[in-house]
Amino acid sequence: MSFVKLTASSAALIAATAGFATAQSRDNVQVAGSSTVLPYASIVAEAFGENFDFPTPVVESGGSSAGLARFCEGVGENTIDIANASRAIREGEVESCAANGVNEIIEVRIGYDGIVFASDIDGETFAFTPADWYQALAAEIPQDGAMVANPNASWADVNAELPDQEILAFIPGTKHGTREVFEEKVLLAGCEETGAYEQILEINGGDEDAAEAACMETRTDGVSVDIDGDYTETLARIEANPQGIGVFGLSFYENNTDSLQVATMSGVEPSTETIASGEYPVSRPLYFYIKKAHLGVIPGLQEFAEFFVADEIAGPDGPLSAYGLVADPELAATQEAVANGTTMDAM
Amino acid sequence: MTDIPQPGATPVERPAPKGDSLLVTDARTKRRNRAERRFKAYGIAALGVGMAFLVALLWAILSNGLTAFTQSYVQLDVPLLEEKLDKDGDRDPAKIAKVSTFGYAPLIEAGLVDLVEKTRVETELAPKALTKILSSSAAAQLRDRVLANPDLIGQTVSVELLASSRVDGYLKGRVSRASLARDKNLDAEHLDLIDAWRDAGLVEKRFNWDFITGADASDSRPEQAGIGVAMLGSLFMMLVVLILSLPIGVAASIYLEEFAPQNRLTDMIEVNISNLAAVPSIVFGILGLAVFIQFMHLPQSAPLVGGLVLTLMTLPTIIISTRAALKAVPPSIRNAALGVGASKMQAVTHHVLPLAMPGILTGTILGLAQALGETAPLLLIGMVGYIATNYPDGVAEGFLAPNSAMPAQIYEWAKRADPAFYERAWGGIIVLLVFLLAMNLIAVLLRRRFERRW
Repeated sequence: MSFVKLTASSAALIAATAGFATAQSRDNVQVAGSSTVLPYASIVAEAFGENFDFPTPVVESGGSSAGLARFCEGVGENTIDIANASRAIREGEVESCAANGVNEIIEVRIGYDGIVFASDIDGETFAFTPADWYQALAAEIPQDGAMVANPNASWADVNAELPDQEILAFIPGTKHGTREVFEEKVLLAGCEETGAYEQILEINGGDEDAAEAACMETRTDGVSVDIDGDYTETLARIEANPQGIGVFGLSFYENNTDSLQVATMSGVEPSTETIASGEYPVSRPLYFYIKKAHLGVIPGLQEFAEFFVADEIAGPDGPLSAYGLVADPELAATQEAVANGTTMDAM
Repeated sequence: MTDIPQPGATPVERPAPKGDSLLVTDARTKRRNRAERRFKAYGIAALGVGMAFLVALLWAILSNGLTAFTQSYVQLDVPLLEEKLDKDGDRDPAKIAKVSTFGYAPLIEAGLVDLVEKTRVETELAPKALTKILSSSAAAQLRDRVLANPDLIGQTVSVELLASSRVDGYLKGRVSRASLARDKNLDAEHLDLIDAWRDAGLVEKRFNWDFITGADASDSRPEQAGIGVAMLGSLFMMLVVLILSLPIGVAASIYLEEFAPQNRLTDMIEVNISNLAAVPSIVFGILGLAVFIQFMHLPQSAPLVGGLVLTLMTLPTIIISTRAALKAVPPSIRNAALGVGASKMQAVTHHVLPLAMPGILTGTILGLAQALGETAPLLLIGMVGYIATNYPDGVAEGFLAPNSAMPAQIYEWAKRADPAFYERAWGGIIVLLVFLLAMNLIAVLLRRRFERRW
């Protein structure tokens, strides 16, 4: 067989497979994104499959940024319908979406999630403030009018009330939405609390952006370890190294109370109640984003979105709440927005 | 003949031999012998370390995973009240289907309260808290039953419902009263009930076929999760791999081995095939994403795409082993066939290929086994996540409907929060290992049965 024939026949074969597949239209909802939202989305997907005649939606993880990147790839059956995110969509992402033809996006806030600091159950008990974390993890801290490399080695160096235990933190990697919240609500808050922010401003001559970046930069000397995997990996690290303190989602902690103990933050213990009331400082809203162009095209998408935010699912007595989600007090408004298909620009 | 000593003659005194006797080992030989013994000991030690690892691995897998094959069930009488399930009383299936699983929760609660009264157990738990004993799949189980047979409405039915993962963990010894102290999913008081019911035979642990045949479940109900649908996903992928890679691989190797001229081009192809066999599998995943999904618009998460990607990965392995099998057929057989007037194609199809078949099949099965255990490329084509939830209806659906694969399912379980999923991940490993062992066994048998030596 000549090479020409060979190429021609293989091309025909490939074309045949492609035609065979695209003739079939997709009848299930495709979801991807944040690993924090994944458990909630899978609980909803399962209940949706049980109660409706539509097939159970497919839910993948991969992180908020990865999910939104796939979401913004374009419109069509071979792109995902919903992106889960543990942070709000960024300006740049909206732009890249628009560049690929994804113009109308519906933003749905499903509730709040607490970020907790937990350590080995047999270890010391901690009571943190954001300032402690800033001083423990910042790459450089201001000292006598100059930035110096972070000298703190033990939690007692940071705050005399904390146990004299070597600092070792397992924090979410940069591809996680959790990292952004950790930086803003813990590191930056702590930076401002200690007055370091003002000092950095003085040192660098008033550049606020640079000062914020300096506040949120974590040390690279092995004290602060970025975890790119899931919370399971963080838990495994703590089990291997009981000196470590890990950053978890509230629901993960609540499912693993037999091996983890939680630290208070500014004197408040994290729970669905303290997060809902706003007393516990480190929480973030969870979102999912719907491609409006897919509504009415992909069967079950509209129903799935409405089911997700229904009172019996996302309400305070629903299964999501039982798993660890903090119900959104403004759920009714969200339900209305989903029912009407209100896009982001219209808000 | 003079050398033969005469009987009775006194032996001639000979001077002592210059070197040492062969019978007495000298220091140098001793040293060499010692070195040899050491060398053997290193080998045995290496083997021992390997075996120790294997035993430790098997022990870890079996001790962690065997519990996944049993599951706890609660026997419960549930009153299917007409006013809750069918208000109009006309048994219209469409109206009954309108009652969601949330409508069944109060019925289960009532059934549990009844059971507490009937078994005369003192408990301070509120009726709503009692439902933590059961899996949240209980309502769906009940609803499916009512939808299948609407005549049940109005009766009290006896159903066997899955216990929640914490209760199951208690019966398996994974959860203790102490560990429940801060767990909001279950209280120690629930365990008092479970103890009483277990003695009454209402709660029991038995073999769990659903783990082998069932579908994946969401994070809130590990007790319901099974590997069956992912197994089907793997099966369909392996079909694609087999159907594509065996003919392509064998045709390519026969051409290269029997027909191709020896020139630069074929040399280059050969080198590339060997190199492809060493390419990390994740690379094929990225290739699959770009070519099959983004360019050819094949559906995401489909076993067809997974199979295509794994075909790319398996092809070099199959080509290499097939060529080795063809090379092992002695040239005399070809020459004899050609000598009696067979054409080249006849020589290959009548003589060389049948003789090489055991080797080809062994290589193919080992290639398939490798593909079966592969996860990395599946990550990129959307086959890892909460996917293996629906049985495909029909063969075409099997190739195209979203599905996962066994190793991807195991990876997915291993990273979920609830510790009960951990047990299932190990259980899934056992199932996967059984498959791999079976495939390797077939490969060994084929070789034993049909291999010929010259």
